[in-house]
Amino acid sequence: MSMLLEVEAADVHYGELKALHGIDLRIAEGETLAVIGANGAGKSTLLKTIAGVLRPSSGAVRFAGEDVSGLGPNRRVAQGIALTPEGRRIFGSMTVEENLLVGAHTRRPGPWSLAAVYEAFPILAELQDRRGGVLSGGQQQATAIARALMSNPRLLLLDEVSLGLAPVVIADIYAALPRIAEMGTTVLIVEQDLSQVLRAADRVQCLLEGRTVLEAPAAEVTREQVAAAYFGLDREAS
Amino acid sequence: MNDTRTVEPVGLHVRRNSPTSRIAALGFLAAVLVLALVVPYAVSLGTLINLVGLFTLIILGTTWNLLAGYGGLISIGQQGFIGAGGYACVYLANETGMNPFAGLLLAALVCAALAYPTSFLLFRLVGGYFAIGTWVVAEVFRLVTSQLSPLGGGSGMTLTAYRGVDQPTRVGQVYWVALAMAVVVVLATWLLMRSRWGLGLTALRDDDVAAAGLGVAVRRSQRIVYVAASAGAGLAGALIAINGLGVTPGSIFSVSYTASMIFIVVIGGIGSIEGPIIGAVVFYVLQQQLQDQGVWYLIVLGVVAIVAVLAAPRGLWGLISRNGRVEFFPVGHRAETR
Amino acid sequence: MAWVNAVVQGLLLGGSYALLACGLSLMFGVMRLVNLAHGALAVAAAYVAMSVVDGTGVPAFLSLLVVVPLFAVAGYALQRGLFNRALGFGELSPLLVSFGLAVIVSNGLQQVYSSDSRSIGIGELATASIRLGGDLSIGVFSLITLAVGVVVIAGVQLFLARTRTGRAMRATRDDGEAARLMGIDDGHLYAVATAIALGTVALAGVFLGMSTQFTPGYGDLVLIFAFEAVIIGGLGSLWGTLLGGLVLGVAQTVGAQVDPAYGVLAGHLVFLAVLLLKPSGLLPKVVPA
Repeated sequence: MSMLLEVEAADVHYGELKALHGIDLRIAEGETLAVIGANGAGKSTLLKTIAGVLRPSSGAVRFAGEDVSGLGPNRRVAQGIALTPEGRRIFGSMTVEENLLVGAHTRRPGPWSLAAVYEAFPILAELQDRRGGVLSGGQQQATAIARALMSNPRLLLLDEVSLGLAPVVIADIYAALPRIAEMGTTVLIVEQDLSQVLRAADRVQCLLEGRTVLEAPAAEVTREQVAAAYFGLDREAS
Repeated sequence: MNDTRTVEPVGLHVRRNSPTSRIAALGFLAAVLVLALVVPYAVSLGTLINLVGLFTLIILGTTWNLLAGYGGLISIGQQGFIGAGGYACVYLANETGMNPFAGLLLAALVCAALAYPTSFLLFRLVGGYFAIGTWVVAEVFRLVTSQLSPLGGGSGMTLTAYRGVDQPTRVGQVYWVALAMAVVVVLATWLLMRSRWGLGLTALRDDDVAAAGLGVAVRRSQRIVYVAASAGAGLAGALIAINGLGVTPGSIFSVSYTASMIFIVVIGGIGSIEGPIIGAVVFYVLQQQLQDQGVWYLIVLGVVAIVAVLAAPRGLWGLISRNGRVEFFPVGHRAETR
Repeated sequence: MAWVNAVVQGLLLGGSYALLACGLSLMFGVMRLVNLAHGALAVAAAYVAMSVVDGTGVPAFLSLLVVVPLFAVAGYALQRGLFNRALGFGELSPLLVSFGLAVIVSNGLQQVYSSDSRSIGIGELATASIRLGGDLSIGVFSLITLAVGVVVIAGVQLFLARTRTGRAMRATRDDGEAARLMGIDDGHLYAVATAIALGTVALAGVFLGMSTQFTPGYGDLVLIFAFEAVIIGGLGSLWGTLLGGLVLGVAQTVGAQVDPAYGVLAGHLVFLAVLLLKPSGLLPKVVPA
């Protein structure tokens, strides 16, 4: 399987603060990779670096073999990287359908159209004409994911989609993931909440304080190993 | 496990003034003394009349900066209060025979009284729409004034107080009062910004939501700034009226005063006490030099202002002081280790 | 009867104001930028059209084919070159920059054309009118202006609501960073918005020049009237701007009916009354959550 995305030895700073230390990450085409870690581990930072919202101060981001480190977010969408941002960021004054149409702004060809998206997220078909600002959290999350899919990405980045949602709603969201993978979209999902994501992913990578502490196929890690990596339990006591 | 490291207390000394500011204070005092005691005897009467213009520019720039640089409110209608102040002063002096300089102070109060209710109306607008709203208010003042016959209608009023007074005496008095007013306005603004209230205002300017969260009374502070700046504009208007021996609606309510204020503050340096003073001097010199060239100097000023906003957002003073590291009129606090 | 006539004339005048205000409303709606040079640019368009007509002898309406695209292109360049940069510097900067621009444009016009009042000749059309019965007659040109105003506002509204670019503009207004994640280039988009705004300003300015005498300083009044139309109508709504223009026009003509000197003042007073009693305007847009 070819590598769709490669992050090589990426350092990312917020001003003087170093958030990521020489992070490596690889995703093959068609995979679903889960990046997990506690608050502040650097997961969102990593996602934003892949999406182009942040630039690495050293290291590189390579997509389909090409170095995209210098491209801004709007150019990366044209290349096929779509981010569903933290906090959903729905366009409040526009209807659900209009939000989806904006997602298709780059007019990239592919399997995802309004019809396909409504099939994967039936709830959205009912809410077509509802304004974004009045949607519930779960409805907004579905809209945000569907909106990202409308750009027919090769790589879909999902940033903490379960944040602030009830377990039942989270389950609904994750129910759509197999459909997305079926359509051939590679998915990188970032999560704090482990309950759903380990089942959905092919591989898992755990971050702690800006570094990778675990990286393995999801089927081969135990919950104890994940918890230890997540909380840094196997590090030397300081 | 006991941690045996201890933390050394750091000796911190917080001060407000610096050697630079003390020297600057002396310099300022010297400049004022020279302007008051030496200049009047060294230059022509015409130059003294012109210099009153410089002092009013300093007042206008300082008060506009209070509004925009500290209050975050852009007004393009201060000429409404310049006019109101000018008319109030001339009217009071003519009708009651009071000393025009007493009329000057009353004019400032009249403007403050006008500004207070006006602010309730104007604060319903924000940003650029607030700016145009201030202009509408100024236009209303102008139109109403030019309709009122007790105020001379379209032809305005002349100041009668100086009939029978010789020119040198009159020019001298106006000059000294104008200089004094400029000094008072600058010092008052400085002391205001040094105070705790001034600190809140600076926080408001930088981030009004955060400031409100810290207990800064946003609306009230903005209202105080608006009223103070309008009173200042009224004061300047009264000075202009006295210096010019009268007012006409077309000239005293002219929007070109706003243009001068914006240029002075943008080029001199927004958000500092020193900036408007520098800007006023620069503008005054340019105005004197280029006046015969027609409107070219305004076009040049427009270009310079745009360049200043984009390339030197803190103006000339920002460049000189390396963005606030030097303060002639210290408003901040500095923490140093001994 | 004179009052009915005043109202009718006011509505026609309002069409001109709505057309003038359209660009101001659009720029604010898309990028929260109030262009203080709006009025000066309208008058500049009138002067350019006048020069085209005087220089080439073409009929006045044909000058639109030159002036409108010219100003649209200038608008694109202005946004990309100047305003986009100013937007990055905080709230005060775009206002100050647009004010500087206003000073440059109006004084530049003064320098080139002097302060004599001018107008664009439209021959017979200037006095052609339709009898409506009784003493009521409507100027044909005023009617055309009102029609153009309605069409332009409807057109821009449709553009925003139905087209890909219009949707992208609304998305950028709601959340610029999220819009960028959709592949939207907001710098380019803002420039398109300004191009459209300046195109409508040019159209409005030329019509203004055909209907009345103008001087370089006329831009001040244009800015104020456009602004009043937008506020009376309600921020964020182009239909509101149309209504606001009509209300302003009627206020002015009715005021002038009371006393010719009170026309403009009456408009200001109605504006202040709306600000006092219904600050969000007559047709406020629902603010998104």
